[in-house]
Amino acid sequence: MRPRFLLSLIAAVLLCGATGTQAKDISLLNVSYDPTREFYKQYDELFAKYWKAKTGDDVTISTSHGGSGKQARAVIEGLEADVVTLALAYDIDANAKQSGLIPSAWRSRLPDNSAPYTSTIVFLVRKGNPKNIHDWNDLLRTGVQVITPNPKTSGGARWNYLAAWGYALKQSGGDENKARGFVTDLYRNVPVLDTGARGSTTTFVQRGIGDVLIAWENEALLAVQQFGSDTVEIIVPSVSILAEPSVSLVDQNVDAHGTREVAEAYLQYLYSPEAQELAAKNHYRPRLAQVTERYKDKFPALPLFTVDEVFGGWQAAQAKHFNDGGIFDQIYRPGQ
Amino acid sequence: MVGFSYRNRAGKLPGFGLTLGYTLFWLSAIVLLPLLSLIVKPADMGWPAFWRLATDKRVVSAIGLSLGSALIAAAIDAVFGLIVAWVLTRYRFPARRLLDAMIDLPFALPTAVAGIALAALYAPNGWIGAPLAKLGIKLAFTPAGIVIALIFIGIPFVVRTVQPVLQDLDRDVEEAAVTLGAPRIRIVFSVLLPLVLPALLTGFALAFARSIGEYGSVIFIAGNMPMFSEIAPLLIVIKLEEFDYQGAAVIGVTMLGLSFILLLAINLLQRWSRSWQQ
Repeated sequence: MRPRFLLSLIAAVLLCGATGTQAKDISLLNVSYDPTREFYKQYDELFAKYWKAKTGDDVTISTSHGGSGKQARAVIEGLEADVVTLALAYDIDANAKQSGLIPSAWRSRLPDNSAPYTSTIVFLVRKGNPKNIHDWNDLLRTGVQVITPNPKTSGGARWNYLAAWGYALKQSGGDENKARGFVTDLYRNVPVLDTGARGSTTTFVQRGIGDVLIAWENEALLAVQQFGSDTVEIIVPSVSILAEPSVSLVDQNVDAHGTREVAEAYLQYLYSPEAQELAAKNHYRPRLAQVTERYKDKFPALPLFTVDEVFGGWQAAQAKHFNDGGIFDQIYRPGQ
Repeated sequence: MVGFSYRNRAGKLPGFGLTLGYTLFWLSAIVLLPLLSLIVKPADMGWPAFWRLATDKRVVSAIGLSLGSALIAAAIDAVFGLIVAWVLTRYRFPARRLLDAMIDLPFALPTAVAGIALAALYAPNGWIGAPLAKLGIKLAFTPAGIVIALIFIGIPFVVRTVQPVLQDLDRDVEEAAVTLGAPRIRIVFSVLLPLVLPALLTGFALAFARSIGEYGSVIFIAGNMPMFSEIAPLLIVIKLEEFDYQGAAVIGVTMLGLSFILLLAINLLQRWSRSWQQ
């Protein structure tokens, strides 16, 4: 290529950049966790269309996925996310506390505790339910092997643990010691502790280990869809936890990027009927009553308790159960 | 070689100062600086807290498992890697080049892929795991599974360090031994093995060092049960998940220190074997 040609090419590109587009080109980075991959792929397109129609601006959204805790750490360490959409409020709390990028009162900024879609914890069993598992107490029977990831490494698995604890607490009328015994017995039936939820699903479905997988409802629905209803089926327990994957603006980053307005709209639009419909299609329970009504066969109604009600919020739950030396660690202390 | 002093040897080629400076700069920038930042992290927590964490039962058990399984795997790699290298250099057979190229696959394969493949193979419903399960042997999701994964990732180190030495080995030495009437087994142990021992030790050290910190391939086959099949790198990840950077650094530093001592010992052993050879 001759230098003059190259020069004119560069000039042309520069000229285009300066005059060609009237509308703004905005890019957003959404740092999310693993199982939302399909949902956000579709939602990003939906939102881009909505934003174009509303303002005329083009918005390109990149969404990064990974383990929830790992993603939270990446943002703390400087990944310039505009919004975070993670598996549990604790990971966003940690962000607020460690980095100060997010104000600590972030949860009250959006409706429904900043959790636009929810899920719950259910069981996945092998076709025909050979071990006859119907509720949490069936998981404690001898000879039943339970697959669940390590709550120390998997944010998702913390919901599994808390759901079991909440059930035991309800059964015993609030007896903490009974709940502790229940959870200890439950984890004694766990032969493999994978580091993440997808790993556990693989161990259960593909490696053929265990009789029951404790899973998020959206993951269980995905597994049934993927592996076919002739291999696995879903069992809904009598009571479970309301899993609230939370979303937040990363204030300092959007202010630095000048993207606050569009990032706020990106999160608010998650509550719109269109987005709620999309969430339901991707196996998350919608918040909007009119959409829930349409999907009531897919998401059976069951009594759900929240982390705030039973555990006094994520900070308290984390400190008591999952931190170093917490109740979960004590289950595996030798000689107990 | 013995008669030269260091000063004389340095003076042989020009540019000693420049090259030494260059070496030190890059060594510092690439190796020492990251290690220093690791050591600085737990420095402000004080010795008692550091010691309490480093000697915690679970940490000790995990580090013991990591070092132990790395040692076993490296030892197995040393034996079989030597045999593989021997066969590849001494015999001509069809598809030898293909086999030779395949040795490097564990280098190239993403470790997570290797881990998933091995877990699938050795799980109770896998090709190897199923017949073994009938015999009552469990490999996947036990410490034995960890060793299997580490053998897999470590073997190319041994083969690739031993192979060139075997290639350069003078046939005359063996022939001389034969003419002197040495039996075959004596040739292997008194003539060949001492010659390849330094390279074999290097291969062993490399395989061992690589195995200590291995996370990706092990995590899928280990089962990760605390106090049983939980490796030290997993404990570091657990600490990080708790946003406990200091705790993670403490385990990291402890592992680093222990690995350094072990590698130093292997290096000394190697030097000793070399001097013994002369």
